[in-house]
Amino acid sequence: MSDRTFVTACLVPLAVFTLAFLALPLVRLVQASFESEAGWQIYLQILQTPRYLETLVNTVLVSLAVSLAALVLATTAGLFLARNRFIGRGLLLSVLTLPLAFPGVVIGFLIILLGGRQGLFNQLLPGHIVFAYSLTGLFLGYLYFSIPRVLLTVMAAVEKLDPALEEAARTLGASPWRIVIDVILPGLAPSLVAAGAIAFATAMGAFGTAFTLATNIDVLPMVIYTEFTLSANIAMASALSVLLGMVTWALLYVARSFAGTTVAAGG
Amino acid sequence: MKRSLAWWLQCAVTLVIAAFLLVPAIQSILAGVTANYFRGLSSGLTLKWIGRVWELYSASIFLSLWLAIACLVVTLVIGVPAAYALARNPGRLSRMLEEFISLPLAIPGLALALALLQLYGTLSGFRTSWTFILVGHVLYTLPFMVRSVLAVLMAMDFRSLEESAATLGASAFTRFRTVIVPNAMPGILAGALTVVTLSIGEFNLTWMLHTPYLKTLPVGLADSYASMRLEVASAYTLVFFAMIVPLLMAMQWASARAQRIAQ
Repeated sequence: MSDRTFVTACLVPLAVFTLAFLALPLVRLVQASFESEAGWQIYLQILQTPRYLETLVNTVLVSLAVSLAALVLATTAGLFLARNRFIGRGLLLSVLTLPLAFPGVVIGFLIILLGGRQGLFNQLLPGHIVFAYSLTGLFLGYLYFSIPRVLLTVMAAVEKLDPALEEAARTLGASPWRIVIDVILPGLAPSLVAAGAIAFATAMGAFGTAFTLATNIDVLPMVIYTEFTLSANIAMASALSVLLGMVTWALLYVARSFAGTTVAAGG
Repeated sequence: MKRSLAWWLQCAVTLVIAAFLLVPAIQSILAGVTANYFRGLSSGLTLKWIGRVWELYSASIFLSLWLAIACLVVTLVIGVPAAYALARNPGRLSRMLEEFISLPLAIPGLALALALLQLYGTLSGFRTSWTFILVGHVLYTLPFMVRSVLAVLMAMDFRSLEESAATLGASAFTRFRTVIVPNAMPGILAGALTVVTLSIGEFNLTWMLHTPYLKTLPVGLADSYASMRLEVASAYTLVFFAMIVPLLMAMQWASARAQRIAQ
């Protein structure tokens, strides 16, 4: 076997698998979305039907809130952990990054343990604090799996910042606040955009957390699931999936061109 | 050294986040070994609930382990040669192919599962077999293997290593086996640990692809959260943590090591 043929042969298993189980199914999904009476106009229907539109707006708002909260919290913690050395730092870092690969269902359960009917908050302050089965619970669940992702991106970026710039600002008499706003944040900006986009896309597509918390929370993945399994409205489920997939893919594409990292959109 | 107010605020935010992530995990671990969760730890510690999980769900734990191993084998067979081929031809076409196989990272698992179901759902022999779930897992984990191996290969001068092997008369396959694979090993190891960790925890695709006779560990978890008492659900989560946390730590260690080599 010549060198050229061998290298080509190395790609064959990948090509066969990808064609059969990625390319063709995706083509079928797009095709299925056109198969109702509405044809391609089903995509207009998404915008015209209040229930779908509301879901879309809900999903975008929750995802936006989660991304912003995760950015603020994880950037604060990331700067702190990158700039300080103390006993227990390694342990703290593990605690903050280990949830990275927890599945969404497990995170949903952890939120129930915090804010469910028999949760920690309801036990400490009986009778009043139940927030797990609502949008608040969903927000906290998404925050749970977004923080480790954003934190890792931010910490990697902080380590690449040039300390000399801060030193220069300090000798020129800038206050700590001005240094954060004029030196640190602009330096981190590309990574923050990337991390925010990753958090947003992950929250948009997350299914397991919402599935564990409640079935009547109207976010896009839950509606796709109920359209498919309960209403057997396959064309609509497909159209919503295509829409969701295109949005999350585009966001992650933008994120990668900003920071060159990839994190799986699990959850 | 006197700390500023900003320092204390940062410290507080960091600790609150850590508590938010850690407290419910500890709660679930404790609830899994507490005789009666509602009466608290004073009701005593027990392994009864873990035993109950074993009776109810051991099949799902074994299925997940089996799937993870099968998924690892398939991603190795497909991914390592593919990464080598991509590293040999670092052009636009390779970039596009890499981008395309990475789509399952960006498209939500639910959408991918719907796509697979609509194309293959009617092939009942395939639909109801464990290999259908395996396809979903490979789809999701393959990009991690390819990218991990590719990053290590791109960082070293594997072409000149190969050329010296070629002048000694090694065939293309022998060179792949004795030069490329050993040199790419840190990337392969990091990729392998990522594949196994993600496969064991995968839920979004698996929930749509599974059948009542084929429940994986996370599917069983969702089932226990919906229908079992809190102690059993917690004990099952505890079993899951015991499996996934060592894997995650090994994965982070191997990835950091591969990254150091790739730089």
